[in-house]
Amino acid sequence: MRNVLHFKRLDEASGDTVELTFEGEPVTARAGETVAAALLAAGHISGRQTPVSGSPRGPYCMMGACFDCLVEIDGEANRQGCMTQVRDGMVVRRMTGARDVDRGSAA
Amino acid sequence: MADSAYAVIGGGLVGMAIAWGLANRGKQVTVFDEGDRGFRASRGNFGLVWVQSKGLNMPDYSRWSRLSAQLWPKLSEELGNVSGTDLELSQPGGIHLFLDEDEAEKAVADMEKLRAALGGDYPFEYLGHNAVKRIIPEIGPEVVGALHSPMDGHVNPLYLLRALHTGVRDAGAKVLHGPRVERITHTKDGFRIHREDGVWSADNVVLCAGLGNARLAPMIGLDAPVVPNRGQVIITERVRPFLNVPTAHVRQVGEGAVQIGDSKEAAGFDDSTSKNVIAKIAHRATRYFPLLENVRVVRTWGALRVMSPDGHPIYDKSQTCPGASLVTCHSGVTLAAAHAKVLAGWICGEDAPDYMEVFGAQRFALQKAG
Amino acid sequence: MSERFDVAIIGAGPAGLAAAGVLGQAGCSVTLLDEQAEPGGQIYRGIGSASGPRKSVLGADYAAGASLLPSLAHDSVTHIAGATVWEVTPERDIYYSQAGKASGLKAEHVLVATGATERPMPFPGWTLPGVMTAGAGQILLKTAGMLPPSPCVLAGSGPLLFLIAAQYLAAGFKIDAIVETTPRGNLAKALPHLPGALLNNKYLRKGLAMLASLRKAGIPHYKASTSLVAEGDGQVEALKFTSGGKPHRLACASLLIHNGVVPNVQISRSLNLDHAWDSLQHCWHPVTDASGATSLAGFRVAGDGGGIAGAEAAAHGGRLAALAILEDLGKITGGERQARSSDDSAALKWHGRARPFLDALYAPAREFLEPADSTIVCRCEEVTAGKIREFVDLGCLGPNQAKSFGRAGMGPCQGRYCGLTVSSVIAAKLGKEMDEVGYYRIRPPLKPITLRELASMDLDDDADERPAA
Repeated sequence: MRNVLHFKRLDEASGDTVELTFEGEPVTARAGETVAAALLAAGHISGRQTPVSGSPRGPYCMMGACFDCLVEIDGEANRQGCMTQVRDGMVVRRMTGARDVDRGSAA
Repeated sequence: MADSAYAVIGGGLVGMAIAWGLANRGKQVTVFDEGDRGFRASRGNFGLVWVQSKGLNMPDYSRWSRLSAQLWPKLSEELGNVSGTDLELSQPGGIHLFLDEDEAEKAVADMEKLRAALGGDYPFEYLGHNAVKRIIPEIGPEVVGALHSPMDGHVNPLYLLRALHTGVRDAGAKVLHGPRVERITHTKDGFRIHREDGVWSADNVVLCAGLGNARLAPMIGLDAPVVPNRGQVIITERVRPFLNVPTAHVRQVGEGAVQIGDSKEAAGFDDSTSKNVIAKIAHRATRYFPLLENVRVVRTWGALRVMSPDGHPIYDKSQTCPGASLVTCHSGVTLAAAHAKVLAGWICGEDAPDYMEVFGAQRFALQKAG
Repeated sequence: MSERFDVAIIGAGPAGLAAAGVLGQAGCSVTLLDEQAEPGGQIYRGIGSASGPRKSVLGADYAAGASLLPSLAHDSVTHIAGATVWEVTPERDIYYSQAGKASGLKAEHVLVATGATERPMPFPGWTLPGVMTAGAGQILLKTAGMLPPSPCVLAGSGPLLFLIAAQYLAAGFKIDAIVETTPRGNLAKALPHLPGALLNNKYLRKGLAMLASLRKAGIPHYKASTSLVAEGDGQVEALKFTSGGKPHRLACASLLIHNGVVPNVQISRSLNLDHAWDSLQHCWHPVTDASGATSLAGFRVAGDGGGIAGAEAAAHGGRLAALAILEDLGKITGGERQARSSDDSAALKWHGRARPFLDALYAPAREFLEPADSTIVCRCEEVTAGKIREFVDLGCLGPNQAKSFGRAGMGPCQGRYCGLTVSSVIAAKLGKEMDEVGYYRIRPPLKPITLRELASMDLDDDADERPAA
């Protein structure tokens, strides 16, 4: 089995925590973090499989340009994890291939 | 001896279909194609292989479109074989959705008139909201009904263009990419094609240069009164298959993206997009299919259609410069099969449908006189 | 229909913030649109909220960015954070979305200050999870105080590579290796520019100090590395490469890559502004004058978006553009502008002195400009370099035909991470210069937005287009 690889926080103890889930698993994040950062710290290095070949991808640029950090957030497909701040109770899911046309919460 | 028997001016869908048809007939062909940023209608095509509602004022155009749709499976198979690319042709019948009762009524009346003009051989039906919903469960409550015709379908227009390029090359034709053709001259031993990078000779010339035809046609005794007509299209991120029939304004392409169009406006040679028109197209699409609201738009584009005064194709042969002919239309996808399989033959003297002459440019002079 | 401002600034990095300060002080109505939650741009990401310890890890140059934040305190400056600008029209209408809602505004003057992005660095395996840009690593450090998992390898070329290694070291995190891809011949090409660079040796001194600290820490440094391949099953597990004539394989759990930065030209390209190819920096930049004025009246570009010069230069450029706008608005005279510009002009020149040397020294390696056939160049649509070459064989003369033949650049990133590579692959294959080959035609939306957001901009009552015939 492959090791689960976590990004580590420098100041692990400080900051308010926020609870979200990824694929149903609990993830503890720090307030102000992005979803992509929180998932990396929880060892979820890949959040999606491409619609083209199904190959796994994970955050690449962290600045909103590459779209490799796409995940489903609170029912809305293909959200940029690196551009979305964590919120308590957020439900994050993996994107597997192309999205469903009707996955998306009303704004 | 001339550099080639046939010089085809233009490497878009029209030119490449003609070139492929000529090359398959054993003709020696050279295509003259423009550079990366030319006005390429072929790159902005919506991808419908569409018959319904075409030729309302020219039933022969309807016949011609339908003939092409019938020839399409063969074209698709052949091009698929030479290029190794599935062109994603699907002809399950097409739907034209209506949001307005009056508009629907008028369209049905037009279609009935056309059916009468064609002697009754023109399959379509009008479906009310519930009947449409049985075919496309995703339609919104504002859809009042739809025209359905089994003649219609769609294809991937970009793969079509690529396959034609492969096919033309493999059939032994030459494609000269580079600057635009500046001038064509006619002498007693044929034609000269002048470009910034050289001069080529040819026994015959076929103008397939889209909007460029207007400039080139008079040089060789032809008339191509075409003007640009801008269409704008929206394309979304890929979604899982949800729409298995093409509609006149919304279709799902093979790789999953949803394509939304199409507008018509006179905008000169400006092929950019405009927010107002794009927003209208987007708004209309969400009324057809409310569940598209949350789907993301990845690209929009504008492209220039090649529009003749009556919107119909112009096919013509020069009286004063024998060997010169003209092919221009704004339905390069639908008509690709007829162009390759029939029109290329007509250009080199084979038999063709007896109605071909109605497509001559002299009709505009007659219309003016009448 | 929409709110009007004297000036709209797009991007709240050093150029945008500095410009906002000058314009705000003069009482102009300014809207500063920025995609991130906090001001600072990428270089000063999280500057307003970073803790003292985090600032000390990131260094004095980073901490200095805080001095730009008071720009936002002027009453006439509106900072719209979390705003994704998705269309800018030649008439200076700007459309953006914030939290899924679209809005529009109009400005007399537009200052594009959208900074830089990382130059694409395509090699086999660069799409594997766990492979990130060095900039991404730095953003995680700046915004979340995060360090990548070990073993961690840094690969590529450019000062940022050494900077982040040094910052990690300051944070008590030792990376496992630097695999430098800077070609061996670069130094010789850079040396003629050294005398100029010595007139501003700040960057050189900083760079040498970083290298010394990495050496002292005993971090292996592989030079002139070639033939990079990232391996792994579902995520990166190792980096293979050749260096010193020998093949190497380093196990890694994270691989941060960097190949220099290039101007973010999405907005300037979408407006069809004139662009020029910079053969030293290997990138396009919009053509501008000293005040950032572009080929279209009313539009200026400042900061790295106009040509790479770094954060401090960007702030000076932002102020120069703002002063020119003040003159255009009639708020100051030409004489006043000249007087107030002189310090920034001089500083900008000084910062520019080191550039030619650095640009020549860190010119990207050929293997990333013309990747091997099997390498994916378009990450979104997974189009390989070999496919692009096939399209050239079919007659493609430029990237737009390649795009229509094979979907390169058609994905959600809209060509940001393949545009330069696709053009350079085509140029090499045709034996042409980059400016002959050209770049993608960039069309709105500049970032994907929902159909609902787009439809909400349909403001006419009788909404329907005439249906197609």
